[in-house]
This record gives sequence, structure tokens and C-alpha cells, in this order.
Amino acid sequence: MAETHKPPEQFSFRVRRYDPESGDAPYWDEHTVELEPHRSVLEAILQAKDRFDGSIGIRCSCRQAICGSCGVRVNGEPALACHTHLDAAQKSAKDGVIEIEPMGNMPVIKDLIVDMDAVHWKKVQRVTPWLIAKQPVPEREYIVPHENMVDVTQTMACIQCGACVSDCLAMEVDPGFIGPAALAKAYRFVGDPRDDQQFERLNDLAQDPEGIFDCTHCFKCVDACPKDVNPMGQIMRLRRIATNDHHIVDQNNGERHEASFVTLIKDFGLLHEAEILPRSYGGNSWFGKFAPAAGKELLSSLPVVFKGIIRGKFNPKIAIFGHKIPKEDLKAVQAIYDKVESRPERFELNLYIAGEDEPDAVAAGEGATSAPGPEGATSPSEATVDQGAGASAPAGETPSESTPHADPAGSDKPAAAGGEAHEPRPDDPTGEGPGEGDDSSDGTEGSEQ
Amino acid sequence: MPAHDVLIIGAGLAGQRAALAAAREGASVAIMSKVHPVRSHSVAAAGGINAAISLDDDWHSHAYDTVKGSDFLGDQDAIEVMCSEAPGEVMHLEHMGVTFHRNDRGEMDLRAFGGASMKRTAYVADITGQALLHVLYEQLMKHHETVERYEEWFTTSLLRDEQGRCCGVIARDVRSGRMEAFQAKNVILACGGAGQVYKPTTNGLIVTGDGIAMAYRAGAPLMDMEMVQYHPTCLVETGILITEGARGEGAHLLNSEGERFMEKMAPNKMELASRDVVSRAEQIEINEGRGVGPGGTGIYLDVTVVPRKRTLEALREIVNLGKDFAGVDITREPITIRPGQHYIMGGVKTDIDGQTPIEGLYAAGEVACVSVHGGNRLGANSLLDTLIFGRRSGEHAAARAASMAMPQLDTLSQLRRDSDAIDAIIDRPRDGRRVSEIKNELGEMMNAKAAVFRDEQGLQSALETIARLREESESAWIDDRGTVFNQDVLGAIELGYMIDCAETTVVGAIERKESRGAQFRTDFPERNDEQWLKHIDITLGDDGPRVSYSPVTITQWQPEERKY
Repeated sequence: MAETHKPPEQFSFRVRRYDPESGDAPYWDEHTVELEPHRSVLEAILQAKDRFDGSIGIRCSCRQAICGSCGVRVNGEPALACHTHLDAAQKSAKDGVIEIEPMGNMPVIKDLIVDMDAVHWKKVQRVTPWLIAKQPVPEREYIVPHENMVDVTQTMACIQCGACVSDCLAMEVDPGFIGPAALAKAYRFVGDPRDDQQFERLNDLAQDPEGIFDCTHCFKCVDACPKDVNPMGQIMRLRRIATNDHHIVDQNNGERHEASFVTLIKDFGLLHEAEILPRSYGGNSWFGKFAPAAGKELLSSLPVVFKGIIRGKFNPKIAIFGHKIPKEDLKAVQAIYDKVESRPERFELNLYIAGEDEPDAVAAGEGATSAPGPEGATSPSEATVDQGAGASAPAGETPSESTPHADPAGSDKPAAAGGEAHEPRPDDPTGEGPGEGDDSSDGTEGSEQ
Repeated sequence: MPAHDVLIIGAGLAGQRAALAAAREGASVAIMSKVHPVRSHSVAAAGGINAAISLDDDWHSHAYDTVKGSDFLGDQDAIEVMCSEAPGEVMHLEHMGVTFHRNDRGEMDLRAFGGASMKRTAYVADITGQALLHVLYEQLMKHHETVERYEEWFTTSLLRDEQGRCCGVIARDVRSGRMEAFQAKNVILACGGAGQVYKPTTNGLIVTGDGIAMAYRAGAPLMDMEMVQYHPTCLVETGILITEGARGEGAHLLNSEGERFMEKMAPNKMELASRDVVSRAEQIEINEGRGVGPGGTGIYLDVTVVPRKRTLEALREIVNLGKDFAGVDITREPITIRPGQHYIMGGVKTDIDGQTPIEGLYAAGEVACVSVHGGNRLGANSLLDTLIFGRRSGEHAAARAASMAMPQLDTLSQLRRDSDAIDAIIDRPRDGRRVSEIKNELGEMMNAKAAVFRDEQGLQSALETIARLREESESAWIDDRGTVFNQDVLGAIELGYMIDCAETTVVGAIERKESRGAQFRTDFPERNDEQWLKHIDITLGDDGPRVSYSPVTITQWQPEERKY
């Protein structure tokens, strides 16, 4: 992909306007601007502000996706206006007119400006967002593994734009949910080996009914984040460290509920709805079925259950007796468990360094002048394994050193994907093929010196 | 009326550091910013922060590099303070929680940077400014009971009492439009530079010289305003910055013939010569027809020579910038860049404790001119400058506050004046020019006439244009008639601030009839220590800018020829 210098084109967009002083309801305001297609939605708004109507309200400053001011919704999806290309936005628009609205889950102050203090910053304040340093403080720097610092840099890279908060489905249902951005911020301390309160932080966030177990695993925040912070992935890591390393059993039943899914899939290959409640409350034993809390929740869920049956959402027979899959398939599922559980320790992919698993050889070959040799010795994906194995102690023993470990089951989005289609990777540790990724790595224009 | 011992205007690194320092000394502190603190432009600093923390390094070496980088215009007492206190400050930040990247022994890693005689730049990937700013804000959240925050408050003017002391500000709550007077024993300006005077610039839209202009209007002298840094590596179209860290990691600069042309200008340091030297070299290549890209207006920055894993880990942000803002995968191919306005070395004249000649008024960070950067700032010295002098200002102001009573003065008349001025802007008839038109013309003109190369004729015509734009700005109209988040009217006030900054920049550039640091006069191409080894101070007189001079403080390093 070489630099393209396409001539300016016309782009139309409509902005959701709201003037709190007018007493009028929000309305749409449409403008047409002329810009090169790879310019940003922010530049389009600024051009309209400059030329047609300076009263359009939007926070913005850096224009390069680092200050985090210009979070909006573009065609219904949360994004940074400065980080969204006009041609892409036009393509995803329903009628060719780019639709720009304020972010969700936060009150609108004016036009595209929302009240982040009322929601986002309050939640950040909730997670004790500062380092509680281990004592004694050393004279010079704390000596900590490089991998840990790179690892927490992923959450440090959060620019507090609110895009993930905007579309958090759990927060929509439960506005008290601490939410993706603040919990990612929490990981920044939990994952920091210099912090003294890993257990206390995790216990606090696990016991809070609106804490780490309130996330419904919907991936919305992962898609929304313009900086690849992967908030949901961080929440899942908080859960893993809380439950696997610290054995925190929370009062919200989050840990057991999650465990019930894991054991159900292991036992049946598919979900067994009728078993979820008993296992969530009573654990895996047969007597667990009589846990009073399970019965209580079953009773309170009955109206939903009936509604579901009437509307044909599920088949009562299958729900009660469980889904059946062929024996070989069940065996294959269980083989995955065996493989994962046989690992001596958890393996946490470092998702910060995206694209690392692409072979270096290509770059070296294209790099014209001098292809440096040393890094060719270690394949990048081996390096990733080393990171996980080298840095972390066995789970649970030394909690403060707990970071990069990983979950090979891949509960997180394969963000590190980006392999070359034509380059097989025999050394791939997870056994997964190269994922989708940057498909144009052969643009060598301009390197032919 | 709110009253504080120390009131800080601006909440970037300098402001937040000042607030924390003053609060630690026990002063009652408030910090005010026209944007939320983490939006401040310090967030965009990428490469790192210099400090002689390595055991085989010495702060004297850092100081000498800084003096040499400044083309001997920096005040050496101030540079000594900054460089000797740097290691302690960086350790303090590390203990506070900054996630500095480590070497394989688990100690802080250091990277090479321009103009430095050894690796001494501590970093967090290439988001060092963001990491520092967010960690300081974590501390503000921690100390929310002792540091009051006025987020999204726009300052319109400084208050002075009868003895001439600065004793507060008038500000507007952006969210409600309410105007308010704030009393203070001390005011610390920490509101950044004036990059928006140029177009394009690497600076954010909020960087409009507010503090410089407010201090100037209140009677404080500005110093070295002609020294404007062009960063060697900015994206051609948008002016977006590609960090010097890229060259620090080993990237090359190439012209259209594939030559590493820095060989000619700086055979030893090559791409890591100081920024003024590299920018000039690039501009010469472009002017002499060896540029690349459309119109030959660019230069190739070749990052592909850096090991790919290293690039992905340590230069991740610019990998993304390349992809998102230029459609280039920098790990696979060179990216086209050119010099672009980045930083102003000049600003409000202060001493080493951040004090301006106006009693009770301090300045720290890019808004100030201590002067540690002189004619040219070294990369990764700006974060250091903000933190060291932010802290020193905060401490000094807190100590001063402890020994004095709250100044009393009638704030009502100034409050009314500022309030009326805003109403008048809103009510202007729509028969002049738009604020945005004037701002664009100003920026493009400055970038043409007060850039890397300057001459008398261009600068004189710039001055004439500025005078015309000033007149036009007085009748420039806006659209927004509301009070809630009326960004339009604030834009009109900012335009006034920018015109003051532009004017003093050009006046300084005309005055300095030599070439030193970032100022290169094609009509006076040599450095002239005999006549011009001195600061140019500009104060606002009744008839406009007035020029005077002040000596450069030299402690241990005599001026010598500058070679890289």
C-alpha cells in the first residue's frame, strides 16, 4: 500500500445537533465538504465549522488519535472522528451520507459533546487509579521485567476517549457497571509488578456486583477501541488472575458461574441450559442441584422462561435434557481441554505488539540497503512464547509477578494476527494458522534505491 | 469568589507537576485548563525524556549537549539546574508509576536521540508524553482533596493589583458560559506554546499561545520569540509528527537519489544531529530538486532498516500513524516526511524558579523561556523542561504564598470588561471576515515567511500582513450565539492571542540579524557571537512591541563552532 494522493472529492455528512439553550429537540444538520478521500471525518467537520457553521460543537485537538477528545459515533459505531477515513465512512453509510452522532451511555451537553465527567471519569476514579507502590521505594528505579512494562503499556495506551464506554452493552443495562475503560485502567495497576495491592484490587473488583463479573463478554469495546487496548481482554485477564491465581470466590457468584460454563462444555460439548443454575450455585456435585439459591433464582426466572417458550426461543425438552453432539465431536472438544489444561502454566498473549508474528524475513528482504541479521535468529513467535514462560511464576504462588500469562484457548480476539498468506508458519505455537491481517505488505514503491 | 495560594493555568505536564509540587508544600492549589487535563498537548510528546541516569553518564555531558544544541543561546545556569535535577525527577516519576520500558536487566532502558552524545532518553514505547501525562493525572485524582480542578475553564486575562503584582485571573466556564474572577497569591502559567500560529503544525488545535499573549498583555517580557523549531519528520499532508525516536532507533533519511544526505551536513551524527540542522538539510534537498513525492516536497524516512520486532514494540504509535494517516506500512517501506513547525523555544521570560519579572506571575513549560533551549531545543528535553521547571515554580510559589496575605482588589471591573468583550464578539455584524479565514491566512503566511529559511523582505511583508490581519480580526464574526460550549467565541479570543504571538515572533526574527539555531537568515547566513550572543526581549509598549536585549548566562562552556 503506497501513499495515495487522490484528488479531493465531495463528501456529505449529517451531524446530530442539540442546543440545550434552545428548548428544541435534537435534529440533523447536513453539510457537504470537499476533501481527499483518506482525510478524516474530523477534518470534514472542521471544514464545515470553518466555512458554514462555526457553532457545531465537538471537542478536538491533536488530529492524530492521541488526545482522545473527538470520540463520536460514525454511522452508529463508536470511533474517533480524527481516526476515521472519509472514504471508509462513506462506504459504511446507509445512504452515502456519513452519519455523526454523540457517543452513547453519556449525557449530551451540546451537539457532539458529551458529559464524560458524569460517567467515564467517575468510573475511573472508582478503581483507585494510581499506583500503590511496593515498599520500600528503591533509591533508583524498581527492577522489573521488560515484558511486564510492555504488557501494561497496552492499557497505558488508553487515551480515555470513551469510545468503549459509549457502546458498552452491559453498561446500557446496568449504568453502575464500572465498565471497560475503567477496568482496563485497573489492569494497568494489577499488571504492574511495582503495585503492592494486587489482591486487594482484584478482591474489590470481583466482590463489587458491578465489577469484573458484570461484563457480558460481548466484544463491543474491543471493536470500539481506536488504540487496541482490548478492554474486554483486560477484564478477562483480571478475572483469570483473580480466580486462578488468587482463588477469589466472589459473592456475586461470578467465578462459579463462569466455571459452570467451562465444565458444562467439557461434559456435554454444548451448553446445557437446565444445568447452568444448579452448577453456578452448587458447583459440580450432584447435590449441588439442591442449592437453595439456585431454586430461588429459578423461580424468579420463570416468567422469562415461559415467555421464551411461548415465543419459541427454545425447546423445553432440549433445554432440560441437554443438547447432544456426536461422540467423536465431544471427544474432540474434550481433547482441547486436555491440551489446554496440561500446560504447566497459563499463557497470556501479549496483544500490545500487534503484527509481531509476521515473518521478519520479508521486511529484511525489502529493506533494501542492509538487512540486519541478528533478529533473524529468533523467530518472533518463539519470542512471544519465551515472554510468557520466562516472566511468570507458576500461577498463584507469587501473585505480584503474575503478568504475561496467557489463555491458549484464545478467549481473546486474535489481535496479534496478521500473517502472510504466502508464508506458512511451521513454528506457530498455538497451532492456529495466520489470521486475517494487513493484506498488502508488498508495496515496495519508493524503496528501490 | 474562589481564592487560592497557587492558581495554575494549563494542565499539561508543567501545570500538573506544578500543582502536585505546590500541594505537597502545603499550599491551597487549583489547576485550571481550557480542556480536560489529559487532552493537553503534552500527550502528543512521543520519544522520551532525557536524563543522565546511566551509571556511565554524567549530567555535565547532558548539559553540554543542551548548550551546544541551543547554539549557545541557552542560559547555562538554567541548563545546569535542569540537567543536574533530571535523574532525580525521572526516578520520582518512575516511583509514581510511569511504565518506563526496561532493558534485559530490568533497569530503565535508554534510547538514542538527536544531538545527544550518548543514549540518555528514557521512554515508554513512543507514547512517553501520554504515559507521563496520564500518570500525573492519576496523582491529581489521588490528591483530589488538596488540588482543586477547574476542567474546561478558559482564561481570558490576568489580574494585577495596584502594586503591579499578579493576583488572579478572569476565566469562563466553557460548559456554562459563566464568567468568574479567581483570586490567587500566585499564578503559574503552564498553558503551552503557540504552534497554531503556523499551518501546518504538529501541535494540537488548542495550542494557541494563550499564556504567552496574556502575559505579554499584562506587561511581562517575552524572550527569544524568533526561535521556532521545525521538526524534521512530519507527514507531508497533515503535518502529523513522526517521532525522533524513529531516527533514534536507527532510521535513515533519503533523498530522491537514495542518498543519506545527512552525510554532507553532519558526517558524525548523521540523522541524529540536532533538529535545526536536520530540518535545514532536508529543506536544502527539497529546494535543490532532490525531494520525493508529489511536487518533490518531501524526504524519505526509512524505518525498514530498524529490526521489525523492535519497530513494532518501541515505535508502535508511528506504525499506526503511518498506516492510518498516510497509508504506509513503515516496517515495509519508507514514508514521506518534511520539516514542520513543532515547538517554540521562546516564551515568557523567567528565572530558574519560573518567576517572571511580574511579581506573583510564574511560567513553566513551553509557554516559558528560562532559557534552557536557546536557539534550538534538543529532542526529549521538552518533557524534562516542563517537569523540572513546573516543579520548581510550584515549590517557589507555595513558599511565597506562605509568607503573604491574599491580595485584595476590585475584580469586578475587569470581570465586566472581559464579559462585555465576549458579548461584543458574539454580537458582531456579519460583514467582516470569518475568524477561521483569518486564522488560516495567518498560519499559511507564517509557514511561508517565518519558517526554516527567512530573510528581511519576507519578514517585513509578514509584519505588514499581521498588522492587516489584526485589524480584520477586530471585526471578524462568528456563528455561535449561545453560552453553552461556545467554542466559536473562544476561537475568536484565541485568534487575538495568536496574532500577538505571530507579531512578536516576526519582530524578533527581523531584529536578529544573524543565523543561530532555528533562525536562519539567508541574508545573514553566519552566526555572529560578537553582536548577537544575547537574548531579544519584547515587551508591549503603547505603540506595539518594544525590543530590548539581555545577556546570555555563560558558566562553563564558551561558544564554539557547532559541528555534528
